[in-house]
Amino acid sequence: MREPSAETTLPPPTERYTLLGWVYKNLLTPWYNALLTLLALWLIYAIFTPLLRWAFTAARWEVIAVNLRLLMVGQYPKEHLWRIWLSVHMLAFVVGLSWGSLARGRRRIGLFLLILPWLLALIPGFSIATRTHLLILPFVAFIAYWLARLGTSQVRKHLVTFWTSFFILFILLVRGLTPPDGWFPVVPTNVWGGLVLTFLLTVLGIVLSFPLGLFLALGRRSRLPAIRLVSIAYIELVRSVPLVTILFMAQIMLPLFLPGNMNIDRVVRAIVGIVLFTAAYQAENVRGGLQAIPHGQYEAAYALGLNGFQTNLFIILPQALRHVIPVLVGQFIALYKDTSLVAIVGLLDLLGIAKSILAQPAYVGTQREVYLFISAIYWLFSYVMAYLSQRLEKTLGVGER
Amino acid sequence: MRRSTSIPLWRDERFLRIFGQVLFLLILFVFLGYLINNMLQALKQQGLALGFSFLRLTSGFDIGEVLIPYDRSSTYGRAFLVGLLNTANVSLLGIVFATLIGIVVGVARLSRNFLVQLLARIYIEALRNIPLLVLLIFIYSGVFLKLPQIRQALYIGPVMFSNRGVFAPWPIPTDGYPAFRLFLLLGLLAAAVTWFVLWRHGQRTGRPPLTWFWSLLVWLAFTVIGLVVFSPFEMEYPRLEGLRVLGGKRLTPEFMSLWSGLVIYTSAFIADVVRAGIQAVPKGQTEAARSLGLSSFQTLRFVVFPQALRVIVPPLTSHYLNLTKNSSLAVAVGFPDLFSVSGTILNQSGRAVEVIALAMSIYLSLSLLTSLFMNWYNRRIRFVER
Repeated sequence: MREPSAETTLPPPTERYTLLGWVYKNLLTPWYNALLTLLALWLIYAIFTPLLRWAFTAARWEVIAVNLRLLMVGQYPKEHLWRIWLSVHMLAFVVGLSWGSLARGRRRIGLFLLILPWLLALIPGFSIATRTHLLILPFVAFIAYWLARLGTSQVRKHLVTFWTSFFILFILLVRGLTPPDGWFPVVPTNVWGGLVLTFLLTVLGIVLSFPLGLFLALGRRSRLPAIRLVSIAYIELVRSVPLVTILFMAQIMLPLFLPGNMNIDRVVRAIVGIVLFTAAYQAENVRGGLQAIPHGQYEAAYALGLNGFQTNLFIILPQALRHVIPVLVGQFIALYKDTSLVAIVGLLDLLGIAKSILAQPAYVGTQREVYLFISAIYWLFSYVMAYLSQRLEKTLGVGER
Repeated sequence: MRRSTSIPLWRDERFLRIFGQVLFLLILFVFLGYLINNMLQALKQQGLALGFSFLRLTSGFDIGEVLIPYDRSSTYGRAFLVGLLNTANVSLLGIVFATLIGIVVGVARLSRNFLVQLLARIYIEALRNIPLLVLLIFIYSGVFLKLPQIRQALYIGPVMFSNRGVFAPWPIPTDGYPAFRLFLLLGLLAAAVTWFVLWRHGQRTGRPPLTWFWSLLVWLAFTVIGLVVFSPFEMEYPRLEGLRVLGGKRLTPEFMSLWSGLVIYTSAFIADVVRAGIQAVPKGQTEAARSLGLSSFQTLRFVVFPQALRVIVPPLTSHYLNLTKNSSLAVAVGFPDLFSVSGTILNQSGRAVEVIALAMSIYLSLSLLTSLFMNWYNRRIRFVER
C-alpha cells in the first residue's frame, strides 16, 4: 500500500474562535456554565479586591524591608556573609544548568526567574552589596543556561552530580572548616537562622537520611525474617507518628540517651530527628523503585554468578534509583515545608525568625505582612522545585524507556 | 576412604543466614540496651524512675476546651483522654469537610469553564506549596485574632464572628427530645429493612436499585417527620449582653483556625487526588457506557465512579492519615489536642520519657485504626480479577 503523499493529506482543521466565540463556547454555552462563570467572577472580585486594597494601602511592608537580612540569614556574622552569597551564586549556576538542559520551549518562566533578582534589587532598603549580588545573579544563571545549551545531553547526564556536589559545597561553605582562628573558621550553629537554616535542614535531612532509607528499603525486602521485621517495624512506627513528636523526642530524649554529660546542640538534635523521620519515608520511596525492577533482573544476575550484594549494587540499585529521582524531589519539597516545624522546638528557621520579629514591640500587629511574606518565599521555592521535577520526570522518561 | 561431602560451616549458606540474623539482632539489642541504660542512669541522677503510676495523680492545670467533664483536680490520665478526644474530634470534622471541599475543587479543576478551572488551579497550587504550620499560624494570628472586638462583631446570617471566637446558633433539646430519639431509632430500623428488601430484589432480578440512596431517603424522611411532629429542638441564638455572649455555641479561635487550616490544606491535596482519579478513567469507558444505552447519571454511577474510586482511595487514605497526624500542629495555635496536652503534662510532671512514649503510641494506634478501616474499604471496592 502506498503512503498518501503530503499534498493529498491535509492536517485536520484547527479550531479557531474569535474572542467572543471563545467566550461563548467556554464560559456561556449551557445555561449552568453561565451561572458558574458569574459565580467565579464574583468570587474573584470578593477575594482579590480587599486583598489588593489592603496590600497597597493598609499593609506595613517596612517590617519586611527592615528585617530582610534576619529573615534570610538570621544572625549569621556579617564578615562571613560572602559564603552565603557564593552559595546563592552556585545555586543560580546549577539552576541555570538544569534549565538549559531540561526545559525546552519554556522560555517565559525561565525569563521570569532571570528577572526576579533584578525585581528584588528594586526593593528599597537593600545595601549596595546586596544589590550588586542581585544584579550579577541573572548573569551567572544565564551563562550556565548557555553552557548547558551547548552540550545539553552531556549536562543532563551529570545533572544529579551537579546538584549533589552543590549541596555538599553549600553545607561546607556555611559551616566552615577550621577552628575560629583558622583560615576558614567554623560558624557555630546557634547563629544559623532564617532561610539559610531552612535550606540547610532540608539538604542535610535529605542527604543524611538517604543511606539509612536505602538500607531500610533493602532490609524490608530481605529474605531474612529478623532483618525484614525490624525494618518493617521501624518504617511503620515512624510513618504513623507526627514529625512534631519525633522532633520533640529528639530535643528532650536524645540527651538522655547519650552517655554522661555529652552535650549536643539544638540544631544537631533537630537534624537527627528530621533524619530519623525522613529515612522511613525515603525507605518507602526506594522500595517503590525496587518493586519496579522486573524479577528477571535478579535471576539474570544470579545466573551470571553475582552474589546478593553485587546484584543489588551493580544491577538493581542503579536502575531502581533512576526510577526514584522524581519521587526524591517530591520528598525534598515535602521536607522543605516540614522543616518549618523546628520553629515549634525553638529553632530560628524562616518561621522561627518571623515569630521572633513579631515579638519586637515595634512590629506588633504586622502578622499578616510577615506571614504572607514567608509564605510567598516557601511557595516560590517549593513551586519552582515541583516544576523542575516534573520536567525532570519527562526528560528522564521514567516508566517509558 | 570416604570424602566428606559437607561444606565447611563458614560457607554453608543456611548457617550463614541464621548466624547473620542472630548477629544483627545481637548488635541491635546491645545498641538499644546501651541507649536505654544511659537513659536510666540519667534518670536516676535526676531521681526519677520509669513508671506510669503518675497518670493517677492530680493534674492541677486547666484545659481550654473539653468534650468530657474535666477540671484541675482531675488526673493526668483524664487530661490525656481530653486531649485524645479533642484530636479525634478535630480530625474527624477535618476529614469530612476536607473531603467535601476536595471533591468540589477537584471536579472544578476539570471543568470546561475556564474561570472555574483557573480558580481551582490557583487554590490547589497555592496551598500545596506552603507549609501547613505557616498556614495555621497565619490563619490564627492574621485572621481569627484580627477579627473585630465583641462589640463590633461581624454577623454573617445569625453567626457572630469576633476575636473571641465564632458564635453560632445551637439547638437545645426540649421535652420532645427523648421521643424524637426513639423515633429516629425506628427510622434507622426502617432504613435497614428498606436496604435489605432492595438488596434482595437486586439479588433476585440482577438489576440492583440505588440501595443506599433509598434507605438514606427513608431515614431522612423519618428525621424530617420527627422534627415536625415532636419539635425536639429549640434554636438558641447567641446574643450580646454587656461584654458577654449568652447562648449559642462558642467555637474558639484556636479550634476554628486549626480546623479550617487543616480543611483548607488537606482539601487541596484531596482535590488533586480526585482530579487524577477521574482522569484515570479512559474516555472510551464513558463512550462505551453511553452507547450501551446507559443514561449519563448511570454512566457516572456504574462506570466512571467505581473505577475512579479505585485510583482515589489509596492516596486518600494517606491524606486522611496525614490530616490526623498534622492535627498535632495544634500546639502552634494553642488548641489543646493530644500533643499539646502531652506537652503540658510533660512540663507539669517532668515525666518526659513516659509522656512521649504514651503520646506516640496513641498516635500509632490512631493511624493503625484509620488504615485498617481504609484497607477494609479498599478491599471492598477493589477490582475483582477473574
